[in-house]
Amino acid sequence: MNPVTVHRGIVAPLRRTNVDTDQIIPAIYLKRVTRTGFEDGLFSAWRANEADFVLNRPQYAQSSILVADNDFGTGSSREHAVWALMDYGFRVVIAPRFGDIFRNNALKSGLLVIEPPITEVEKLWAHAESQPEQPVEVDLEANEIRYGDTVTPFEIDAYARWRLLEGLDDIALTERHEELITKFEKSRPERFPSIS
Amino acid sequence: MAGTLAEKVWESHVVRRADSEPDLLFIDLHLVHEVTSPQAFDGLRTAGRQVRRPELTLATEDHNVPTLDIDKPIADLVSRTQIDTLRRNCAEFGIRLHAMGDVEQGIVHVIGPQLGLTQPGMTIVCGDSHTSTHGAFGALAFGIGTSEVEHVLATQTLTGARPKTMSVNVEGQLPVGVSAKDMILALITQIGTGGGQGYVIEYRGAAIEALSMEGRMTVCNMSIEAGARAGMIAPDETTFAFLEGRPHAPVGDAWEEAVAYWRTLRSDDDASFDADVYLDASTLTPFVTWGTNPGQGAPLNATVPDPKDLTDPGERVSAEKALAYMDLVPGTPLREVSVDTVFVGSCTNGRIEDLRIAADLLRGRRVASSVRMLVVPGSMRVKVAAEEEGLDQVFLDAGAEWRSAGCSMCLGMNPDQLAPGERSASTSNRNFEGRQGKGGRTHLVSPAVAAATAVTGHLASPAELGART
Repeated sequence: MNPVTVHRGIVAPLRRTNVDTDQIIPAIYLKRVTRTGFEDGLFSAWRANEADFVLNRPQYAQSSILVADNDFGTGSSREHAVWALMDYGFRVVIAPRFGDIFRNNALKSGLLVIEPPITEVEKLWAHAESQPEQPVEVDLEANEIRYGDTVTPFEIDAYARWRLLEGLDDIALTERHEELITKFEKSRPERFPSIS
Repeated sequence: MAGTLAEKVWESHVVRRADSEPDLLFIDLHLVHEVTSPQAFDGLRTAGRQVRRPELTLATEDHNVPTLDIDKPIADLVSRTQIDTLRRNCAEFGIRLHAMGDVEQGIVHVIGPQLGLTQPGMTIVCGDSHTSTHGAFGALAFGIGTSEVEHVLATQTLTGARPKTMSVNVEGQLPVGVSAKDMILALITQIGTGGGQGYVIEYRGAAIEALSMEGRMTVCNMSIEAGARAGMIAPDETTFAFLEGRPHAPVGDAWEEAVAYWRTLRSDDDASFDADVYLDASTLTPFVTWGTNPGQGAPLNATVPDPKDLTDPGERVSAEKALAYMDLVPGTPLREVSVDTVFVGSCTNGRIEDLRIAADLLRGRRVASSVRMLVVPGSMRVKVAAEEEGLDQVFLDAGAEWRSAGCSMCLGMNPDQLAPGERSASTSNRNFEGRQGKGGRTHLVSPAVAAATAVTGHLASPAELGART
């Protein structure tokens, strides 16, 4: 995973609640066995059917920060939703509330997700709609979102933040505790089933 | 200190705990399928890692498999490649796989319980959000993404912060013709698709205790639709009776010891939850969804709601968009909504009890000529059991299609899909836009409502057929 520190980019305002992962990428794109190349599936139905969908508008063509309403990434656990967003060019998603599995997947893949209150989200939408060409800076080192004269502090789980800043591989971190896993396995009750 | 069921299971699996770090949790069972695993196996190979505990890992083919002509090569080459990839990965890493054609093949959340691998007190994960199903046995079970699938394959552990707990208390008795599915749909509408976010839900109360294991699985299955990663029900005599004699259930003295342990798996009387929700089962009626998320539901007796009545601006816009997508007009009685397709199946309602309920209503009746009805058993074992009872013949005589096991039209990854504009009554779990096929419109229903709808051609309760159940 590449470290996440400061990102500066154009905001795409997505004024929708309950953007489930089936909308982010439909199941039909999930048959592939690769980890990249999912950008064509991103919001494919909305991009195809809605001429005024935010990603179809030229002023947001280069956007890399997506700002959505409540409950973004609900539903299916498909990490392909995160990969599709990243393959398309997004580096940050901001929404008042995320689906738990999506948030986990994003933070494990290096997609920064931030959950400010709806009032801050509304300000970001207003900014992106009135001055779409003006980039927004998301600073994970300072825990701040900056645009124009506005500086919005945000909170994020400290451990997830550290991992993102360092670009650390979760599995390698866990392997440092291999002896604890082995110890746990030895004391584990025999009552639990085994498949072989 | 007094603890909840979820806390007890969590605590007994903590491998490592450190200040300001997530816990490291041991995983007792890892279920794997073709869609969310190939990239994880690739990751293992790239890093030169092995599967740490192949004997705690079980794979099956369910999401993209066809439900017709299963003895022939899969026609869709991309799907076939994904299945072949799973087979190669399982062979390379020594994982037992129930492939198409195997009598143990089926939807991952149907076969775990069926094999007796899902037991109380376990931690169970799978790269699928409906892993919450297994919580019906008092296991802590939740869906994970592909990065976490790789983590579990490599280390048999997961990192995570201990979740908050929510009790959902369902007292009273479900009226005749009202099922676990109606209960969970009503709950999701009550608390919303984000209501359970950050929580593990424990379902309790007389109406939960009265449910069969199948019904409990239906309820826990849809916890994720309320935003909760996991749902749990304390194990009891119903649980033990379901498990006894299953292939991987303990036997002899081990069985007695296991049951004694399982009896300890309940929330202490003085344990407190971070949130409490109450529902009166006796007030429930058949429930259906009208919108494009599972929280947009209403009693079947009601009318399509008017978005103008919603106070939250986000919800109002969402409802307006949903009604436009669903091609519904506010004020229309839901009973007047005609459907083209009825789907009975999925990890929510594809078990033998669900098929019996649907078959009982179809016996001696016909599926309306305007309706295509698909019945897809959740596993090949369910299919065999249904055929032994003659349910297949009931469905076929009524004019329904009888298929082989898989996720099928629940998510439309295989050829079982809605055509653009088609409308379904579906016993599955998600009514998202395009979920069952591009442009398709989904109403989530119980198996009984699905069968009654198939006969009448419009959303209908079993009572409309003059049936008691």
